[in-house]
Amino acid sequence: MPRINSPGELEAVRREIESQADRAKPCVLICAGSGCIASGAAEVIAAFRAEIENQGLAVDIGTKGTGCHGFCERGPVVVLYPEEICYLQVKPEDVPEIVSKTLKGKEIVERLVYADRATGEKASRESEIPFYKNQQRHVIGSNVRIDPKSIEDYMALGGYTALSKALCDMTAVEVLGEIKKSNLRGRGGGGFPTGRKWEESRNAPGDIKYVIVNADEGDPGAYMDRSVLEGNPHSVLEGLIIGGWAVGACQGFVYVRQEYPLAVENLMIAIEQATEYGFLGQNILGSGFDFKVTVHRGAGAFVCGESSALMTAIEGKAGEPRPKYIHTAIKGVWDRPSVLNNVETWANVPLIIARGADWFTQFGTEKSKGTKIFSLVGKINNTGLVEVPMGTTLRDIIFKVGGGIPGGRKFKAVQTGGPSGGCIPESMLDLEVGFDELSKVGSMMGSGGMIIMDEDTCMVDVARYFLDFLADESCGKCVPCREGIRQMLKILTNITQGKGKEGDIERLEELAEVAGYAALCALGRTAPNPFLSTLKYFREEYEAHIRDKKCPALSCKELIAYYIDPNKCRACMTCSKQCPSNAIDGGKNRIHVIEQDKCTKCGTCFEVCPSRFGAVTKISGAPVPPPIPEEARIITRESKQK
Amino acid sequence: MSEILFTIDAKEVKATEGMTVLEAAKSIGVFIPTLCHHEKLEPYGACRICMVEVETGGRTRIVASCLYPVEPNLVVRTRSQTIDKIRRVLIEEMLAHAPDSVQLDELAKEYGADRDRFEKEPSFCIHCGLCVRYCAEIKKKNALGFIDRGARREISFIPKLAAEECWNCKECFELCPTSALQAAYVLAQALSPV
Amino acid sequence: MDKEQIDKIVAKYHGEPSALIQILLDIQSENRWLPGEALQMVAEALDVPLTRIQHIATFYKAFSLVPKGRHEIHICMGTACHVRGASRVLDTVEGHTGIKPGETDLDMKFSLETVNCLGCCALGPVIEIDGKPHGRMAPAKALEVLKNYE
Ligand SMILES: Cc1cc2nc3c(=O)[nH]c(=O)nc-3n(C[C@H](O)[C@H](O)[C@H](O)COP(=O)(O)O)c2cc1C
Ligand code: SF4
Ligand code: SF4
Ligand code: FES
Ligand code: FES
Repeated sequence: MPRINSPGELEAVRREIESQADRAKPCVLICAGSGCIASGAAEVIAAFRAEIENQGLAVDIGTKGTGCHGFCERGPVVVLYPEEICYLQVKPEDVPEIVSKTLKGKEIVERLVYADRATGEKASRESEIPFYKNQQRHVIGSNVRIDPKSIEDYMALGGYTALSKALCDMTAVEVLGEIKKSNLRGRGGGGFPTGRKWEESRNAPGDIKYVIVNADEGDPGAYMDRSVLEGNPHSVLEGLIIGGWAVGACQGFVYVRQEYPLAVENLMIAIEQATEYGFLGQNILGSGFDFKVTVHRGAGAFVCGESSALMTAIEGKAGEPRPKYIHTAIKGVWDRPSVLNNVETWANVPLIIARGADWFTQFGTEKSKGTKIFSLVGKINNTGLVEVPMGTTLRDIIFKVGGGIPGGRKFKAVQTGGPSGGCIPESMLDLEVGFDELSKVGSMMGSGGMIIMDEDTCMVDVARYFLDFLADESCGKCVPCREGIRQMLKILTNITQGKGKEGDIERLEELAEVAGYAALCALGRTAPNPFLSTLKYFREEYEAHIRDKKCPALSCKELIAYYIDPNKCRACMTCSKQCPSNAIDGGKNRIHVIEQDKCTKCGTCFEVCPSRFGAVTKISGAPVPPPIPEEARIITRESKQK
Repeated sequence: MSEILFTIDAKEVKATEGMTVLEAAKSIGVFIPTLCHHEKLEPYGACRICMVEVETGGRTRIVASCLYPVEPNLVVRTRSQTIDKIRRVLIEEMLAHAPDSVQLDELAKEYGADRDRFEKEPSFCIHCGLCVRYCAEIKKKNALGFIDRGARREISFIPKLAAEECWNCKECFELCPTSALQAAYVLAQALSPV
Repeated sequence: MDKEQIDKIVAKYHGEPSALIQILLDIQSENRWLPGEALQMVAEALDVPLTRIQHIATFYKAFSLVPKGRHEIHICMGTACHVRGASRVLDTVEGHTGIKPGETDLDMKFSLETVNCLGCCALGPVIEIDGKPHGRMAPAKALEVLKNYE
């Protein structure tokens, strides 16, 4: 690899990479994101390599495992370039057919292309699939085209030209100005204006300054930062170097959770490659700018996503937050000015520098510019990563992109913002997503988790779930957070177990208020949000649990009973065979009965009872009817009587 | 050092840059309750009992006075409905762990806290960290520290160090706001073979 | 772990006390748990108080102060898996193995942990055994999967 010493040399190397013969040749791009790998992508990649070799096509056709394409629901996802044919849920058995039919014969394997589950309408190209069609994939789009372990792939798409522009054609102050002009706001939490933060650090006294990537991704139901870092690590790195230049920092850190081993690996490789090409190190691109990057693996603590805790952890200590009456932009790691931004924030920086602030501000709303990646999960048809312009309505994201709620169930709420966020009810589905819009309704943007809940989700349990998470994840230093969460969790657990009392809601509200005012860091101050938002929009569910000992969503284990309707049971024995606790009294031609004292309420019978019978039901807030007498249990089957 | 003028409970204060609101209050005899603060130790900001209202640039905020640096023209209020409520609930939360603490009991009377608001789980320690910090910052022995996190956080001695150092020192015991017994108890446990 | 191995890891980070967490992570991944002597050796090598090491080793989830079982079960309790019924899977696995998250059974067969979002929410509820994800879990199905491990 040659070291590149000037923008001119960069352009020459880039041209050469582009012109290399194997860039033009057809290529099989297989998603190797965590979702697709779990669905068997590794085997599919191996099958393609073997089959292409077998059929003697290795010279003409390339194979690439790439980062997450986003459509995890239908993984493993395979895209064939240059035609951009997209095959879904590909299994190793399908590979020989794809190779001989499509790669050789240019014929489409109909069975593997996208078919709308409702209408049956087909689409063979990624861009025609409704899931993709309604997105604007500036940040995550390149994932599809790039082998994350190849810097050349990134450079072929124009990678590191933004860095060259920033260092050689612009002053640091101009770069800062461009970011300020773009109105880029932080993608990791509160939506703080990125340019302002950079400026604060730039103007802070001190020769040694740091820029940091927050890749701790603590939100327990989200994986967009993971996918960007795993799939396109150079985009984050390029952003970070540009940020270093603008701020006047000499060193960058990437704080990445060790639970993401592939992200760590790809990042390490990226740093090595960037150093070899001279994008990191001394005198970058001949500009005189020196910059190095260190990776710090996070050892598993949600609170370390908080800026001051993260910086404490980088110093090699237990990640307890520090008071921030003086911003970390001024006094951060080792008390030096330190700019912390989220993975996606950094990944937007090269785009803004390369294409200009004016390009960026075309997208989004007045106060929230650009696009945002959401991790759309839960009770949704198209689970996956979606990137849409800010200002897209929740309804469009959930129904147009996400394809609505599975199993004909009814939408109930969407949770955004992770443990600091809240639940938004159906009546607000036309809300346009943006930092301020989400905060106004009692939730927040957070880092982009979006969990869809249907009528089977109990909102009291959702609040309990997040407080349970936080009781474990609070650092435990300050009283309102440690004790407030502990007490709130106790009360909420009691409520979900039918032990709620009058006055519980008021006690919860008081604990919430005090934590909101008095906790040292934002973890504690925002911890009450899941409770407050569910109380605001679903108060009747709290009351039903407390007063009637009833869970309206039929979800809280202690408040429901499983019951087999004797009029519907056809003695198919499916449930009695699968019940892990042997709690179902059944037998051939005998109506099945659940022995309530043995039932552990795992719900297996409810799930396995064939839908044409639908005999297993859940009861809440009412007694279970007594079991029918032995003699009445015999089913005489007419067909067999004859 | 430049002089900074502002008010605490409508009284004028002259403070120097770098001072905290708590220190400034003390200098003019305004009392703010504290539990985790100690003059000789670095400010810590864990108990949150010292929260006060500050008004600056037309914005009112609630901050920990033991940490908040003084600024010119600050308006500080050490008591208000909100502040009293915060303190009352914090005391009630801590009383669940340390029902016998004299200091907490006094505060409870002042702020009308209900001793039985939350179910008792006596573990004595309220995690003020005075013992831990004293040992680390003043004695430089690091014989005890915090372990774990969240609701499971507790103090823990290093048995070997405790055996060597603590019997002859025990200076941290009297700092403990929930009775020195607790520290002694944990220490005894740490020393007992298995 | 012997002193030589520890020294090697410490040397990789130039004996820098700020690398403490990185060093412990390396020891954890090589040894699968952190023995008391190892912590003592690290404390001496880096000249940091044992209290700090003890705090770190109990603060972060990656570390274990007890040996792990032959198979590590990770049950995803991420939000997406939760709303799809992960807690019923967890209850059943707890009942079957007789251990709670954070524990290892007496035969050293299974260690159980809950984790957050494995990045394959589309397959939720997900459990991961020895790093291999198993998707679309349900209580009875999870028990079937566990039967394959000895
Ligand atoms: C408890 C807590 C956890 C957080 N976790 C994360 C995280 O995992 N990733 C992240 O980027 N920001 C997280 N944040 C927000 C960060 O503190 C910080 O605001 C953000 O990284 C700044 O970058 P941005 O301006 O680009 O968003 C968290 C905040 C809190 C209070
Ligand atoms: S609010 Fe919670 S996480 Fe933050 S410092 Fe206090 S105890 Fe720690
Ligand atoms: S033992 Fe006493 S002094 Fe030490 S942290 Fe607990 S309450 Fe504070
Ligand atoms: S004295 Fe200020 S927080 Fe304890
Ligand atoms: S929440 Fe379980 S894999 Fe994402």
